[in-house]
Amino acid sequence: MKKVDEMFAYYLDLALRSLKRNKALTGLMIITIGFGVAASMTTWSVFRAVSGDPIPWKSSKLFVPQIDNWGPAGHGPKDTSKEPPDAMDYTDAIALMRDHRAKYQSAMYQVGAAVTPQRVGQHPITAIGEAVYSEFFPMLDVPFKYGSGWSAADDDHRAQVAVISSHLNDKAFGGGDSVGKTLNVDGHEYRVVGVLGDWHPQPQFYDVVNTGGFSEGGGNIFVPFTTAIANSMNNNGNTNCVDAPKEPGFVGLQHSECVWIAFMVQLDDAAAVQQYKQYLDNYAAVQQQAGRFTWSPNNRLRGLMDWLDHEHVVPSDTKISLYVALGLLLVCLVNTAGLLLAKFLRRASEIGVRRALGASRREIYTQFLIESGMVGVAGGVLGLALTGLGISGVSWVLPRDIAALAHLDVSLLITTLAVAIVATMLAGLYPTMRAAAVQPAWQLKSN
Amino acid sequence: MTLHPILAALKKHKAGVTLITLQIALTLAIVCNAVFIIGQRVERVHRPTGIDEQNLFLIQQAYVGAPTGDDAASIEKLDAMQRSDLATLRGLPDVEAVAAINSLPLLQSSWTGGVGLKPDQQHSTEHAAYYFGDDQMLNTLGLQLVAGRNFTSSEISNRGFRGVGEPPMVIVTKALADKLFPKGDALGKTVYLDGLAIPSTIIGVVERMQIPAAGGWGDSFAWNSVLQPIRLDANYTRTAVRARPGRLDAAMREAREGLFNANPMRVLENQPDIGIGIMPFSEIRARAYRADIGMAVLMGVICLILLCVTAAGIVGLTSFWVGQRRKQIGIRRALGATRNDILRYFQTENLLIAGAGVVLGAILAVGLNLWMMKQFAMDRMSLLYVLVGIVVLMLLGQGAVFAPARRASRVSPVEATRSV
Repeated sequence: MKKVDEMFAYYLDLALRSLKRNKALTGLMIITIGFGVAASMTTWSVFRAVSGDPIPWKSSKLFVPQIDNWGPAGHGPKDTSKEPPDAMDYTDAIALMRDHRAKYQSAMYQVGAAVTPQRVGQHPITAIGEAVYSEFFPMLDVPFKYGSGWSAADDDHRAQVAVISSHLNDKAFGGGDSVGKTLNVDGHEYRVVGVLGDWHPQPQFYDVVNTGGFSEGGGNIFVPFTTAIANSMNNNGNTNCVDAPKEPGFVGLQHSECVWIAFMVQLDDAAAVQQYKQYLDNYAAVQQQAGRFTWSPNNRLRGLMDWLDHEHVVPSDTKISLYVALGLLLVCLVNTAGLLLAKFLRRASEIGVRRALGASRREIYTQFLIESGMVGVAGGVLGLALTGLGISGVSWVLPRDIAALAHLDVSLLITTLAVAIVATMLAGLYPTMRAAAVQPAWQLKSN
Repeated sequence: MTLHPILAALKKHKAGVTLITLQIALTLAIVCNAVFIIGQRVERVHRPTGIDEQNLFLIQQAYVGAPTGDDAASIEKLDAMQRSDLATLRGLPDVEAVAAINSLPLLQSSWTGGVGLKPDQQHSTEHAAYYFGDDQMLNTLGLQLVAGRNFTSSEISNRGFRGVGEPPMVIVTKALADKLFPKGDALGKTVYLDGLAIPSTIIGVVERMQIPAAGGWGDSFAWNSVLQPIRLDANYTRTAVRARPGRLDAAMREAREGLFNANPMRVLENQPDIGIGIMPFSEIRARAYRADIGMAVLMGVICLILLCVTAAGIVGLTSFWVGQRRKQIGIRRALGATRNDILRYFQTENLLIAGAGVVLGAILAVGLNLWMMKQFAMDRMSLLYVLVGIVVLMLLGQGAVFAPARRASRVSPVEATRSV
């Protein structure tokens, strides 16, 4: 082992001397690698933040059912996809809740409510949140700081209960354990049953159709779906209709085929998924027999990650930026390869002498790969500094809600260094091969 | 000077030449597409909305304790509250005009629907954004009426946010009018909204009014707006206000105080992320285009780094070649070549390499654009971008090669006599 260590130290020394010999060229390579890596890692950090799994321990068990309640009329003349609407109408959402075929399930819609703080002298505030069923909380493993969610009986009895975020708890009650306190929401009194812990999933995967994925300010209040309907809490999110509702008001919306409700179910294994699919098709077939649908069942049951992809939650700008930055890295590598080639071949005579004195090809390989690696390490360190700068820079370049997600952490730190070193060594591979191919005899002769 | 010796020399450095050619090609391909993206974003950001944006601001607020139901009594109560607010605002010293309106261009909160030429049309003729408001919309927003007339105050009706029915008359944008009635005779014609059988007469045409969506899904109907003489009643209202020239800040302050004094039971604290508060139109514009400007800046930075890296690469590689060929240069000089001959040699060499690079790069650039069109629904890039890119990269190559080439031209003929 000692010999290996000594040889390594010797190669390091050789590389350092060689790099020092031509400071401008070495500097150029380091800067090139630094910029290439920094641009890629900065855009990668944004991409990673928006495309990540918001609930990695459970995403494989969460599914979003879609039911085609529009049929062919839901597609324009040029639209050849047979994709069902991405949200649900009231009739189907209620039917799926009533049939209760999944382990957990919840229909949900976005609400915006005026909350009147109990603290004196405070103006009313608006809280954006969701009307959900009791199973929403266990299904999504929602963490509570105080209290808990409500019960299925509360769903049935349209109980005036609410779960609030820590943020709203601070604003309305000045923090602390507010379970049991009363909150005035849109003129109705609600009893607080739970205060959420630190829970700000981005994207807001549970209701992508109404939040668009990334938004600040949502998820502050949760009330029973049934209570919200009974209290006429209007939906705050999107409403899409093929035909305008025939009756006015929120009740008219509930009687229409307009879609505005998000739905999520938990299915624990493949058999359960299969059964649920079958259930959806049976449900649509019954609707067809009843004459409500004049088309055959056309449903979807997408897994959560598949669903986020389908809804294009990752903005295409984020992807384009990443690809363009990777293109920049590629150019930087080609550039470095060219410069390393020039640098190594210039030392053909030195290599010839070392080969003639007994150095094996393998040793020449090691020596030059270590030299490229050193450029990579230096480029990586510079790249790290520039990535830090880049990530603080994206906050004024990108939309705030997305930029806020990008951050420098240990894994990004290690990735940056690793990418720099591996990439530079890759760039150095061909130049090293050429260097190792130098014939000892030929070089000595030409001198 | 013949090209033969240059080509012979390049053959000796196949790998180096290939790498620098490839680098130039990739640089051209990426820079063309990135600049194309920048161009598109800049163009989008500079589109005029059709409204007079100066001195304009928007109030978004929610009533507390107001009726949430949509029965007739609740709606009348809400309408009275809204009319009272409008009157309060109209009475402020620094306010010029006030309009009830459901959204504004670039606000990213849309109500859209289909416009048809026949009753009960299954697929609408054009898709459009609806602006619901009162007779003050035109003058508050500074819209240019090019034909017909404005709504009168007696023509304004009110209904709940989820009311049904269509207005007997509408004002449309010229863009929409021309699409529906290509002969230019839209005024007085009948259209049917939302695929229903209720006729609405076009009583006026405005020059231009952008829809609330700033990009993406709204791009296909960005100028199709329909103004409807309906004041929407809900416990959440939006009001557009035009301040007297130069009095924007004062008017915004007065509006906040005036509204709270008239009725404190409302949410008006600025929370722009959830659509509450008072904000000048300039902020609406900035929020709408933040992503586009950010993307343009990002692409610009990447282009700059790319061009610098490639220029530096050419300098580095040519310097190396000059260093390697000092002896040959010396011999040529000794045999009578002038300094200019040497300079031109390296410049021609670079011209050949860069030439090959840009040819390959042009193909890559078009290919990349086609791929992005498929992947991201991007537009087709004009070949002008590629042509300009070619010229820029050739000039960059010549500029980068100049310093090392000049150093080469200064090699003394004496070098020929020195051994390596």
